[in-house]
Amino acid sequence: MHWFVGLFPEGPIQTGVSMVVAAAAIVGAFAGLFAVTTWIERKGLGRLQNRMGPNRVGPWGWLQPMADGIKALTKEDIIPAQADKLVHTLAPIVAVAPVIMAYAVLPVGRNMVALDMEAGLVFFFAMGGIKEIAVFMAGWGSRNKYALLGSMRGIAQMISYEIPLVVSALVVAMAVGSLSLVDIVNAQAGYYGGILAKWHVFTPWGLGGFLLFLVAATAESNRTPFDLPEGESEIIAGHMLEYTGFKYALFFLGEYMGLFAVSGLAITLYLGGWRAPFSFLAWIPSWLWFFGKLFCFIALFVWLRGTLPRMRADQLMEFAWKFMVPMVVVNIVVLAMWHYSAAWRFPTAGLWRWVLCGGVLLAAYLGLSKLWRPWEPPSRRVYRYAE
Amino acid sequence: MIPRVLGVGVIKGMIETARNFLGSYYDPQRLPTIEYPDERQPIPENSRCFPMLIFDGESPEEGLRCVACKICEQECPPQCIYIEVERNKQGRSLRRPRVFDLDISVCMGCQICVEVCPFDSIKMDSAFEVTAEDRFGELLRHKKDLAKPNAYFHEINPTEAALADARIEAGKAKAAAKAAPPARMAA
Amino acid sequence: MGLTFPLIATVTWGAALAAMTLRRPVHSALALVVAFLGLAVTYLTLDAQFLGVVQVLVYVGAVIILIVFVIQLTRNVGLPSESLAVRPAVVGVGTAALVTGGLISCLVASPRFHIERSGEGTAPVKELGEALMANYVVALEGIGLLLTVALIGGVLIATRRPAKKGS
Repeated sequence: MHWFVGLFPEGPIQTGVSMVVAAAAIVGAFAGLFAVTTWIERKGLGRLQNRMGPNRVGPWGWLQPMADGIKALTKEDIIPAQADKLVHTLAPIVAVAPVIMAYAVLPVGRNMVALDMEAGLVFFFAMGGIKEIAVFMAGWGSRNKYALLGSMRGIAQMISYEIPLVVSALVVAMAVGSLSLVDIVNAQAGYYGGILAKWHVFTPWGLGGFLLFLVAATAESNRTPFDLPEGESEIIAGHMLEYTGFKYALFFLGEYMGLFAVSGLAITLYLGGWRAPFSFLAWIPSWLWFFGKLFCFIALFVWLRGTLPRMRADQLMEFAWKFMVPMVVVNIVVLAMWHYSAAWRFPTAGLWRWVLCGGVLLAAYLGLSKLWRPWEPPSRRVYRYAE
Repeated sequence: MIPRVLGVGVIKGMIETARNFLGSYYDPQRLPTIEYPDERQPIPENSRCFPMLIFDGESPEEGLRCVACKICEQECPPQCIYIEVERNKQGRSLRRPRVFDLDISVCMGCQICVEVCPFDSIKMDSAFEVTAEDRFGELLRHKKDLAKPNAYFHEINPTEAALADARIEAGKAKAAAKAAPPARMAA
Repeated sequence: MGLTFPLIATVTWGAALAAMTLRRPVHSALALVVAFLGLAVTYLTLDAQFLGVVQVLVYVGAVIILIVFVIQLTRNVGLPSESLAVRPAVVGVGTAALVTGGLISCLVASPRFHIERSGEGTAPVKELGEALMANYVVALEGIGLLLTVALIGGVLIATRRPAKKGS
């Protein structure tokens, strides 16, 4: 990229060109990833559900995203007559723009971050917060009670799961001592025993934090099993009800982009960003590792979607407040224990550290799950008439 | 054995769907999709759609089994059959239908016409891929559309065809036996 | 510096004015979002990165959501209300000018106003954290206590209804 920017004269024009090139690269890469993801999702969901996905448009249905795009573009753009036109039109834009801005702080490869902000982590979550305004605008501007209900539920879900999301990211910031994402990736350098990378996920607090972050991220992106705001069998499309054609495609784009962004953050925080897992694989380019891990996340989300039923609204909220929030607090305590037990020097100290910290996490998990959902299997049923 | 902890159900579900995913590539039970119209599902012998008239031999005019007895026309519940007997100049019936019209937009596929036909001449066809562009023209089938060779009937329903052939042979043998001995007795 | 600050200031000022004068409460809330974003951008131009993003996270992400929930859950708030201007107009404009003039004159007269902006960024996160934990820890704990009391109060208010229904 530097030689291209160097073609332009020095000064503000060069800065402007480098900004435009970086922004274009980000948007191009992730929008292309969006098209590939819709294909992966439809084929993957099909195979998970014992059927083939679309296979008519191009070999193995590769051109299906293009067909979807053409369909979305050529549909008639309907705005309800009594809708608030300005709010209704601005909502998709407010849904997409902040999410794309959040990509600016993700380190996609070695020396490949668009904006190395000192408080990059907080910037990321700030952009996620603006997305909720878009949900409200969509629901309110449509002047439709189902859209309003859907948007209310959506906002409630998003703000409830923001706490576990931010606090499990906070654990990593505490461990590293910096809020900058580049520093967090750099702190995961080095290898255990010369082979296994020192990712945060290979520590007890990292493992717990990673799983909690993953669940909270699924809920933040309105992805099954947390897709009540857009559940097709309940509220048809929730806040996106009155949107047709390209605006609906924009909402869709915003949702998938949010998914990539939050997966990218999970990769950066816990899975070592662009770092290789094993020292003998470190010759593979860094951005290839990042996008490879991102593909694994996409596959995981598609797998979850094909497996799990939707959670009810009250189950969802209970899960967030009664289970996830105490668990993330316990995670912070375990981080503190891990940090201070790093000074242990007797032999097999590493194993005992793992046993202690992992034991506390496991005990909290089992205790909380019993508290939250004390479930007894039903006793053996006796059928009086059917024998 | 595995404790009932939060999350165990999710893992079990994910293992099952992973089996679905991987199995759909090599196990036909995990991918029962039939890509119509490139592939067809084999239809069973007794499946029925609309009626057809059977003719023996090569010529649909000569070999048609139907003698225009009009039993099927009377028994048809939605009255979709219209038959006109072919008569010679004196008015005697030639035991052939001149007109045999069957409206398949009315036919409900109940097979009563097949059950009552004494001559095994009207049978059920299983060809279901029928489309027409106008309602009354192509959906009204005439004798020439309905006549199908016996070989075709053997193809789609060998059991029924064999039974029908056996009945006709038995009838012919009985008629031959009735015709022959009285002549001998007379002589 | 030349063009940035006047542009951001105009946008923020216009959004705040719109938030005051628009008839529908939802439009006012959205104009308030723009005003908060303008403030956040101002912080960012002053190199206070942490403060700028926290402004977005807290104000836009939480306070506006609260306002929006109130609008959604209250009946008849969605309808346009009458103008809240004070009549005659001279009284309203005069009071506003008086207050603004007083504030500006106090700001200009204070000794901190004429400090030159230093080259490096102000308030990096580490120093903020250390200052909070070392010098201002009493205030931090006091705010924590206040938030806990508010949370407990909220939970109490929410759970009081079933008892009332029973009795």
